[in-house]
Amino acid sequence: MNIRWLVAVLVLALVVGGVAMSGAARGAPKPVELLNVSYDPTRELYRDVNAAFAAHWLAKTGQAVTVNQSHGGAGKQARAVIDGLQADVVTLALAYDIDAIAKHTDYLPADWQQRLPHNSSPYTSTIVFLVRKGNPKQIRDWDDLLKPGVAIVTPNPKTSGGARWNYLAAWAFVLRRELGDLAKLHDPAAAAEVQAAQAAAQSFVTELFKRVPVLDSGARGSTNTFARNGIGDVLLAWENEAFLAVAELGAGEFEIVVPSVSILAEPPVTVVDHWAREHGTLEVAQAYLEFLYSPQGQRLAARHYYRPVSPEHADAADMARFPALTLITVDDVFGGWQQAQRVHFDDGGIFDRITAGGQ
Amino acid sequence: MAGAGARHRAAARPRPGVGETAPVRRLLIAATLLVLGCVLVLPLVSVFAEALRGGLGAYLASFRDPEALAAIRLTLLVAAIAVPVNIVFGLSAAWAIAKFSFPGKRLLITLIDLPYAVSPVVSGLVYIMIYGAHGVLGPWLAAHDLQVIFAVPGIVLATIFVTFPFVARELIPLMEEQGTEQEQAAMTLGASGWQTFRRVTLPNVRWALLYGVILCNARAMGEFGAVSVVSGHIRGKTATMPLQVEILYNEYNYVAAFAVASLLAMLALATLVAKAVVERRAGAASAQLATTGTATELQPREAP
Repeated sequence: MNIRWLVAVLVLALVVGGVAMSGAARGAPKPVELLNVSYDPTRELYRDVNAAFAAHWLAKTGQAVTVNQSHGGAGKQARAVIDGLQADVVTLALAYDIDAIAKHTDYLPADWQQRLPHNSSPYTSTIVFLVRKGNPKQIRDWDDLLKPGVAIVTPNPKTSGGARWNYLAAWAFVLRRELGDLAKLHDPAAAAEVQAAQAAAQSFVTELFKRVPVLDSGARGSTNTFARNGIGDVLLAWENEAFLAVAELGAGEFEIVVPSVSILAEPPVTVVDHWAREHGTLEVAQAYLEFLYSPQGQRLAARHYYRPVSPEHADAADMARFPALTLITVDDVFGGWQQAQRVHFDDGGIFDRITAGGQ
Repeated sequence: MAGAGARHRAAARPRPGVGETAPVRRLLIAATLLVLGCVLVLPLVSVFAEALRGGLGAYLASFRDPEALAAIRLTLLVAAIAVPVNIVFGLSAAWAIAKFSFPGKRLLITLIDLPYAVSPVVSGLVYIMIYGAHGVLGPWLAAHDLQVIFAVPGIVLATIFVTFPFVARELIPLMEEQGTEQEQAAMTLGASGWQTFRRVTLPNVRWALLYGVILCNARAMGEFGAVSVVSGHIRGKTATMPLQVEILYNEYNYVAAFAVASLLAMLALATLVAKAVVERRAGAASAQLATTGTATELQPREAP
């Protein structure tokens, strides 16, 4: 009977599978591996950084290092680390996501952001618009997003860090338009005026999200929706993501529009002490993050359209690509990420309310 | 039992009694073909067209990428574990349900169907609730240095879950229909339980079993939702082929994305061919049985 043969094959498959699995679990002995859990648009940046760091580390210590990557919406990635994804380092879109890891686990200290220079952000970025060739809907600034017939593509602020920056940038734009001077936010005498401005900002953002046909879970998904699938008239994107889309998907097809004001986005990095200690990778993980601040790391950041914190190390040609624009910060306008998250993005926050009413 | 023979005759005969006029018939056929073309054929063709857009060289180069190879290896490994496990489970469950009666039998059948009803995303999340760092078993697993979620074991578990019903569901109706007479006869002749199973039951269900295995394998290799939730998306480590397609697509690497997707499409086509072959063999076997008098319906059930 053929059945006997079949059973033999299946048993063999089981044995082979088991052996392969135990091999995979044991891992390679000598060379070290790091897992960098990152947000969506950093794929190309870290591919280059990882190769450069591996060469640097090998030359310095003689040890081979492989940096493995996981990418996704920043909120989703933070959730995965909280649920047990064994990241040695996290390089996420905003401080709040790493705060969430610190809050829900004991994997890293609460003051993690003080451990590296510049709020632990080796590069910054901002939010710009990507429009189709010739800018057919004539979108020049945030106001133009609410023109009739404009469809806006942005990821979902619940899962994507970039989307939260988009949302806050739009909000800050309205506050600045209404108040003229953002210093009034901290002036008790202007409380009534500020309240009116906040209400105007909320209705602006409400209208904005009514014009969003697709809410992807991460920035890259939105870029593909806009650029590849041809949905929407404008993409609210990370500056680096917009540059990359133009470079990868055809310079003639899209144009970057820089609004009058945008937000200073600081994507922070940190070692996840618990797993790095467990894996015996504390030292190399630390060196990996410091490498991002090194001249070589800064140059790579600028090449991949991130604004380096030490621009003197970057190529002048790379730096010339960044347009000058007014950048406001989350700390100034929203009282820091903890508060911005609580007011706007937590369950029952403003974002939940405006989308519940809008859909 | 009129059996397969009668059904075949009925299918072969033209059916004058239906009543539709020729134009209506042609319209219906055209509509069906149009929908099939738009929904099935075009996407399938476009997968291969996109994959070959950069020429055969670029297509083949996609498979020299270590991450793509790792994804293919992982997918094969996961299927190599999930399919045998489901064969063993499916056979024992079907055997127990069809040949014996016990309290809770209906409940067991319902439970086997559960993965059909549950969204794969939910089944993935459930595993995180159980095996994740803050799950029920999380602390115990961490204390013993075992990693399930965001590693290969989690992917295997999630795959086993979503492919759970395929084998059992093929076997149960067939075994129930066959009844227990042959087994009882074997027992009377002095065969042990194992001998009865191996010599009588198993040969009777072999085509249905194979059919279930083919479907189970196709789903195991193609599963995206549940695996995506528990994978952690570490490239070259925990990305199966469907996840690798997503990663490559998101990196603007369309040729490579569709090259990997084309492998999955070929798997689907191979599954269809294998399914057709098995159905024909099963049909032949049942016809043979029908003529020899041990009339049993061996036609495999359609997949739900």
